[in-house]
Amino acid sequence: MARSVTTRHKVTATIFAWIVALLIFFPILYTIITSLKSETEAIAGFNLLPSFTLESYITVQTQRDYLTPFMNSVIISVGSTILALIIAVPSAWAMAFSPTKRTKDILMWMLSTKMMPAVAVLVPIYLIFRDLGILDSRIGLTVVLMLINLPIVVWMLYTYFREIPGEILEASRMDGAGLWQEIVYVLTPMAVPGIASTLLLNIILAWNESFWTIRLTTTNAAPLTAFIASFSSPQGLFWAKLSAASTMAIAPILILGWFSQKQLVRGLTFGAVK
Amino acid sequence: MATQNTKTLARLMMAPSVLLLLVWMIVPLAMTLWFSFQNYNLLDPSSDGFTGFFNYEYFYTDPAFFQSVWNTLVLVGGVLLITVIGGIAIALLLDQPIFGQGIVRILVISPFFVMPPVAALIWKNMIMHPGYGVLADISKFFGLQPVDWFASYPLFSIVVIVAWQWLPFATLILLTALQSLDGEQKEAAEMDGANFINRFIYLTLPHMSRAITVVILIQTIFLLGVYAEILVTTNGGPGYASTNLAYLIYRVALLNYDAGGAAAGGIIAVILANIVAIFLMRAVGKNLDR
Repeated sequence: MARSVTTRHKVTATIFAWIVALLIFFPILYTIITSLKSETEAIAGFNLLPSFTLESYITVQTQRDYLTPFMNSVIISVGSTILALIIAVPSAWAMAFSPTKRTKDILMWMLSTKMMPAVAVLVPIYLIFRDLGILDSRIGLTVVLMLINLPIVVWMLYTYFREIPGEILEASRMDGAGLWQEIVYVLTPMAVPGIASTLLLNIILAWNESFWTIRLTTTNAAPLTAFIASFSSPQGLFWAKLSAASTMAIAPILILGWFSQKQLVRGLTFGAVK
Repeated sequence: MATQNTKTLARLMMAPSVLLLLVWMIVPLAMTLWFSFQNYNLLDPSSDGFTGFFNYEYFYTDPAFFQSVWNTLVLVGGVLLITVIGGIAIALLLDQPIFGQGIVRILVISPFFVMPPVAALIWKNMIMHPGYGVLADISKFFGLQPVDWFASYPLFSIVVIVAWQWLPFATLILLTALQSLDGEQKEAAEMDGANFINRFIYLTLPHMSRAITVVILIQTIFLLGVYAEILVTTNGGPGYASTNLAYLIYRVALLNYDAGGAAAGGIIAVILANIVAIFLMRAVGKNLDR
């Protein structure tokens, strides 16, 4: 017997779900709307219909040079993720296909490094960076973000690789495939979706990281997190411009995020919830 | 298949990530531990030398320390309460057949992708601002005096912002767990005359318990380190009213330049985080054996 769903039940649930969803989304929606208003409109009271002016977007670019922090964000988040993948793929591969007694311990230990409170090592990292001359540099920030995301990258890849059946390798060998053919025709196609998901989720995490990116940069390497945080000073505060800068800072990652819902659950719960 | 050769190869493949993480964990932590026993001020080069437990004593006897620990507990506890209960409720709602499920899911998950400084500034200026925020507009509409949220209820305001960021995460994971619940079990319970509340308590909740544990533990790890939200809204104030432990350590380190004191605070934070970590590792570790 299939569960009978009355139309009335569905309509009621739909109404409630949409109310909740719109309430949760409202702050983002209102920010997008405000970014399309003029400054006077923005502080003139509640109004959902903007005049659709792009003046704030232009001002943010011309006065505050939005493009530099944006490029910093792109370079740092993509760079740190790719670097992490290069280091993590062989590790995860070895753990998934030649597990030893210690594999589980190594994985758990990697996870534990993720739990170190960032603020506890702020002074040492700051001093090391100062002495190496990489404070406020893209390369320094890329390395830090690579390191803090490396455990998640290894874990995610491991959970994906573990699902590739070992028998398929044996089958391909029986069919006379050499090692190279095995990697190119059998393993790579099966590993690519997992690597792509890992890439996506970690770019999102790196893009939004807001402790090291703010503390280790001043101007040159400041990504969008630090750029937006600088808007908190009262003298730089204009509602429409703040909204425009915020919208531009979150839009790319919001869209990427919508495509990565499933991977998000898996990646952030370390495979504990699927 | 695991010959000596493949074992060596596997070790070599793992070496880079293991070594990097080992250095990343041990070097800064050892330095923090070292500084915590030193008289070390970043601005005063003459200050050096072993001070024993002075920094710990200094940190421990600072009235701001207990307030910040309390604030940390309130922040973590408050956000967990809102996100877990809210998350269960919303997950149950989204599990129903509804029109436009895909769009609803996208709207609900969105706050999670908003970077913390943006989330905090949106709430501070667009929603909670006493002059121009939406809440002030609503108050004025009803003829009430608008509330200055960050001045009157600083910690509560930060709890609201952080809860808004993490509610989607809790919802998404709990919904995923809910959807793996066997439909036949639900039907059987329904046929046996179990009403909605009984089904929820005896069937749904036990099924979700594992996901709830994971949500609580992972959020706790991140919530212990809340930083940017405080930085751009209250700056920890008024006084120390919205300073959590992470923010207090930052204040001591980079505003007072007291590296030794900050290091002692850092070690305390590490110990606190480890207590949580042990529980999380158990929950995740169990899954590996399966």
